[in-house]
Amino acid sequence: MTKYLLYPGCSLESNARAYHDSLMAISEPLGLELEEIHDWNCCGATEYVGISLTPAYALISRNLALAAKQANGTRTVVAPCSACYLNLAKADYYMRESPKLGVKVNTALAAGDMHYTPGSLQIRHLLDVIMNDIGLETVKRSVVRPLTGLRVAPYLGCMVPRPDYEHRWSNPEYPIELDRVLKALGAEVIDFPLKTHCCGGHMTQIGPDVAYELIRRLVHAAAEYRADMMVTLCPMCQLNIDAYQGEMNRHFGTNYRMPILFFTQLMGLAFGKEPEELGIGKELVNARAALARIGVEVPPAEVAPAPRKPRRPKEALPMPHMPEDMEVNQ
Amino acid sequence: MTSPENSSPTERIGVYVCHCGTNIAGTVDVEDVAQWAAGRLKHRGVVIARDYKFMCSSLGQEMIEKDIKELGLTRVVVAACSPHLHEQTFRTACKRAGLNPYLCELVSIREQVSWVHTDKVAATGKAKAVVSGGVERVVHHEALEPLRVPIHPATLVVGGGIAGIQAALEIADGGFPVIMIEREPSIGGHMAQFDKTFPTLDCAACILTPRMVSVGTHPNLTLLTYSEVTRVEGYVGNFTVTVRKKARYVKTDLCTGCGVCQEKCPKKIIDEIYEAGLGYRKAIYVPFPQAVPKYPVIDHENCTYFQKGTCKACEKFCPTGAIDFNQEDEYLTLQVGNIILATGYELFDPRRIPHYGYGRLANVFTSLEFERLSNAAGPTQGRIVLRDGVTVPKAVGVIHCVGSRDRNYNNYCSAICCMQSLKFAHLVKERTGATVFNFYIDMRTPAKAYDEFYQRVLEEGTLFVRGRVAEVTDAARLAGEEGKLIIQVEDTLAGKQRRIPVDMVILSAGMQPRDDAKEVAKLFGISCSADGWYIEKHPKLDPVATMTEGIFIAGCVQGPKDIPTTVNQGAAAAARVLGRIQQKEIALEPVRASINEARCSGCRICNNLCPFNAILFHEDRMVSEVNPALCQGCGTCVAACPAGAITGTGFSNEQVLAQIEGLLMLNLDGGRRVAEKAEAVLA
Repeated sequence: MTKYLLYPGCSLESNARAYHDSLMAISEPLGLELEEIHDWNCCGATEYVGISLTPAYALISRNLALAAKQANGTRTVVAPCSACYLNLAKADYYMRESPKLGVKVNTALAAGDMHYTPGSLQIRHLLDVIMNDIGLETVKRSVVRPLTGLRVAPYLGCMVPRPDYEHRWSNPEYPIELDRVLKALGAEVIDFPLKTHCCGGHMTQIGPDVAYELIRRLVHAAAEYRADMMVTLCPMCQLNIDAYQGEMNRHFGTNYRMPILFFTQLMGLAFGKEPEELGIGKELVNARAALARIGVEVPPAEVAPAPRKPRRPKEALPMPHMPEDMEVNQ
Repeated sequence: MTSPENSSPTERIGVYVCHCGTNIAGTVDVEDVAQWAAGRLKHRGVVIARDYKFMCSSLGQEMIEKDIKELGLTRVVVAACSPHLHEQTFRTACKRAGLNPYLCELVSIREQVSWVHTDKVAATGKAKAVVSGGVERVVHHEALEPLRVPIHPATLVVGGGIAGIQAALEIADGGFPVIMIEREPSIGGHMAQFDKTFPTLDCAACILTPRMVSVGTHPNLTLLTYSEVTRVEGYVGNFTVTVRKKARYVKTDLCTGCGVCQEKCPKKIIDEIYEAGLGYRKAIYVPFPQAVPKYPVIDHENCTYFQKGTCKACEKFCPTGAIDFNQEDEYLTLQVGNIILATGYELFDPRRIPHYGYGRLANVFTSLEFERLSNAAGPTQGRIVLRDGVTVPKAVGVIHCVGSRDRNYNNYCSAICCMQSLKFAHLVKERTGATVFNFYIDMRTPAKAYDEFYQRVLEEGTLFVRGRVAEVTDAARLAGEEGKLIIQVEDTLAGKQRRIPVDMVILSAGMQPRDDAKEVAKLFGISCSADGWYIEKHPKLDPVATMTEGIFIAGCVQGPKDIPTTVNQGAAAAARVLGRIQQKEIALEPVRASINEARCSGCRICNNLCPFNAILFHEDRMVSEVNPALCQGCGTCVAACPAGAITGTGFSNEQVLAQIEGLLMLNLDGGRRVAEKAEAVLA
């Protein structure tokens, strides 16, 4: 078991409880030992950094100081929530870049008898850990119920791949790590062109019209691609697409019903866990119909062959060849 | 070591301090430096010290020559620019006056003093220290004689693109033997893939194929295609090159080039090289009809017979019995005097920018794919169509700077993409009447008749949007976008975001070094930049020579460039080589390393460090030896030798240590040492 310090963040205790539960359920089969940081506090979300920089970074860094103190045998903090991940990584990065900021933050932390040395911890997102530490081979080995026949649209949103401080992603504009994990589960993964586009973020509160349009684009594209559901790794994205889809439909007079689940929930299903254990059913746009497709365990041999792609006409020009690790499903 | 205050001078030294206009005199009090050297370094042997406005001018040089003759100088120190620039000038001046040129030392008070400091007092102090170091060093100099080596008249040209073709033909026409090596089955390079060439739109094949035919038939030219250099030994004038001639499985003396084998071969594969992945070829193939030589090759990896043991269709149908499945790779050893590297470039792989959709979205094409698409000999006979092979596009977007001028990929400008994109716009318009958009960052059309071509394309109605494209997507959002590729871009002139739906996107991908450029550079003992382009001896004044004597570069291997510039370089490299061959021998710098065999422990640390492959190891005696003709006197091995067994002529320990003492042991400004002064400057 590889040990990691877990920073769950507030979402995972509330609206994204399903993310937390499914993460707990899959951590054992993946060999992921997660130790929650004791007494962690708010990451500041997006607002505080916009108001006052030093207090915001001090607030974030309190978590890093706690983690560094608690780190026995590991240096890695893993955050499943993308906003939390970005804030922790950003604070660490800026303090490394600007020693002045590090001094200010540590002066503040000293009031609580705490200290954080910038760069002493690695801040990583859960998907990065699963891809690069656990590895696709382990994921594949744990699959007992392949998600064959489920068409999914991988959706990362903006905060995990960008800015890519440590160059961990295949490409910050078009990362394909989530695609590859979902493929390893046996799902049919569409090449979702909007995978890093904006979900609207907090615009649902400030300017709902803007948010509705952004949500519509995503849901529309996923529907155009005939996806059964969208799959994400961000509580904010999940909340916006799930909770505001109805209002968006009312706003535009449309009738989209695009469920969105966390990738850990699909991993749990593929690993043979029960839907209740994974928080499935907590989503507002119900995923039941989509999941009915994989509800029955079908041995791979009896799976109906995928419909043949229409034969390319004789005069058609060949497509460029893609190396295996860059390939995405159509 | 020397103790400056006590020893009596043995040499008569002249010190010459250059103003370099205001380049040096602006920051260094040069008069003071000269006066100081005349007075304070008198006891070290300085008999005269002068300053002059431009020491490198003929008047400055004559001044030095006059002093050598009249004052009987035995050593000269010039304090001026970097030795890279004028060492040769002052050495030659000394030689004219009868002094061995290697008894002259050029110390840099421009690049290392005046250009990097602003404090005049400190800079003047440092210049004095530098002069003092030069004086201490020059005392230990020895008179050296240049090495003379004969030059083999044959030249090796590596790479059969337009650069190599031009260079090879110039030398062959000059009456000297040339051997050309090409990796692919035919010469022609990238130019053979193009349809039209900018800005005159003349047909690439029409202007290239006569040259290719000349290469194939020239009496002074030996052409080895489907071959690669595997080993390079020797030095300027006397290179021994080993070439692997890959098995063609075709007897070239029997083959008539009739093409029946290609026709009958049952195995069809995508041609990733010549057709840029857009067309097919057979397992036995001639890349294109005008190929030189005309003989086909069997692609071992894809041939049914080689993979499965049966087929031999080509053999059955060959009317002259030219197929030979038993051929093996041959290794040839060639003797040449000079080498020209013209190995060209590779197209940037746009798969690395996934948000532009290449490889994901069918109707996104690379520039090279479009060249094939528009080529009358290409897979569509020149019809510009979408990837379904039939639909003619109604709107086409050309994206500039794909993989160039982008800190995520390559920082440099690929030089040809603007003009190439204009050419594409013109061809699309002419053949399909489609609306064409060009998405550019800056338009760069600097050469003869280039901007006129830009004006012409503007007048033809091509639309130009200034801004780097954010993404190419098939996710339709607005009316009119369904089924199209949408180009999302910030129009930086209008200051607004645009979404432009098109049917076809052409990515004007940049140039990058070949993926084995670094290994090839190592093989030939030359250096490449961090990007992987080969480094010329001087970026302005010696653009086709390299730091390794006898090895020249031409064309895109040195950096991105268009066809005219490539041809210029091919011709320039040939001129340099012809000049060399006609001298019949070459004088080499005597600044060389040598190994004291008695002290060499045979550890071989120096063997791999030598960037010029100049050190060989004698297995029998277990000692290393420096080949003086190959050594460039860089001093790496001298510094690395743990036994201190290697001495550099002109860089002996004695000379270097004396120079350091001269730099550090001086008392300046009433007792303050240079080191303290330097610290003060740094603080």
